[in-house]
Amino acid sequence: MTTLTVIEPGALTTVQDFGRPGQAALGIGRSGACDRGAHRLANALVGNHPTLATLEVTLGGLTLETDADVTVATAGARCPGAPHLSAFQLRAGERLELGMPQAGLRTYVAVRGGIDVEPVLGSRATDILSGLGPPVLSAGDTLPVGTTERPVPGVEVAPVPEPTADLLLVPITAGPRRDWFDDDAWELLRTQTWTVDSRSNRVGVRLEGEPIPRRREGELVSEGMLRGALQMPPSGLPVLFLADHPVTGGYPVIAYVDDEAVDRCAQLRPGQQVRFVQA
Amino acid sequence: MRILPSGSRGLLLELDSLEEVLRHYAALVEEDLPVLDLVPAGRTILVVGDRDTDLRALADRLGQVRPAEHGRESGPAVEVPVRYDGEDLAEAAELLGCSPEELVRRHQEEEWTVAFCGFAPGFGYLAGSRFEWDTPRRSSPRTRVPAGAVALAGEFTGVYPRESPGGWQLLGHALVDVFDLDRDPPALLVPGATVRFVEAS
Repeated sequence: MTTLTVIEPGALTTVQDFGRPGQAALGIGRSGACDRGAHRLANALVGNHPTLATLEVTLGGLTLETDADVTVATAGARCPGAPHLSAFQLRAGERLELGMPQAGLRTYVAVRGGIDVEPVLGSRATDILSGLGPPVLSAGDTLPVGTTERPVPGVEVAPVPEPTADLLLVPITAGPRRDWFDDDAWELLRTQTWTVDSRSNRVGVRLEGEPIPRRREGELVSEGMLRGALQMPPSGLPVLFLADHPVTGGYPVIAYVDDEAVDRCAQLRPGQQVRFVQA
Repeated sequence: MRILPSGSRGLLLELDSLEEVLRHYAALVEEDLPVLDLVPAGRTILVVGDRDTDLRALADRLGQVRPAEHGRESGPAVEVPVRYDGEDLAEAAELLGCSPEELVRRHQEEEWTVAFCGFAPGFGYLAGSRFEWDTPRRSSPRTRVPAGAVALAGEFTGVYPRESPGGWQLLGHALVDVFDLDRDPPALLVPGATVRFVEAS
């Protein structure tokens, strides 16, 4: 069986797929790739079914060595050191070395046949919050590669927009607890420019700016939440839920980011700026 | 019942009481709804569609679902053996105005129902059916609650599936794994299950 050896794992590299849908009633979050579109594209470029597992690399830094010829593609944040958005061959003994991306946060590395680690509850995704799934990659790990019969599509380069370091406009709609905030608070949410906090992770993007006041006091009884929820803790600084968000939360959700736009938000880097616009 | 928007994939059903949640949840799992997930909670049920789900049509259908007669006793009956040696047993008893022995007796006599799960995989929020529980959380949460800890907070009791931080009052520890990846489903305490706590022998 073909294996990849992790020489350098980078700051945070995990195995990801589309996660564990349908188990939230048991307290099991969905998890999976933060930027699902980029995961899907990386897989497509090497002929993988979209449900096969890729590597999610945060801020580059990953070095892999292969013991047999493999077909690889990367999508999401463009890292120097490897072709991007097109399939390429890595020969036996060769190394893939991803540098740090100039823009964007998460790069997806697909290998033809998929990363074939043992699934946990139907998924190979690492859930940082619950601890389910394979461990975060470390140096010396060997990753088994699966096989697939599907054809490689022969796309030279996928013409898709790439993450930028510029201000990101994010479409939102009112959330279930919009009425916990008055119209001035809603305006303040939409008119100011927010800055991505360095404490952001796979659970959520934390934002810094002028706090949003709450109209209602008291606590919410915890309720189910989805990725894209803009949760408003007492600090008044919103947290945008990503893939590893908790199944339920006790802070009011003022708004939801459109599902497709959550992928773009998963590429936000600390210090980058964001504005919310009504969808 | 109110139906609240929850993004491009979700709808939040807001109900008046936990009892209503349990009755609606029991009815919804029986319906063949085109959804990925149903997430019951204290006063709400989150209904999660996929990218093909027509949320407007789904909302119409949800509005027509009649709650089940009984929300409780819709799941399996589970017995959980417990050693009542928790660090907060005396303090929790005092907060509830009884002796530790009395608290243990009430905890065992109560008919608990798993209202919903959350916080961690397999962490069930168990609501009592007879006694009015209202236990304040610890003023400062513990950074480390051991796996299997049986605890009380608010109107709920629960069993910590794995070591984690936590602010509930610790009564003791369970002698069964409440979350086991080799079991199907891995969670012992699934929504709707009825639970009895018994003294571990």
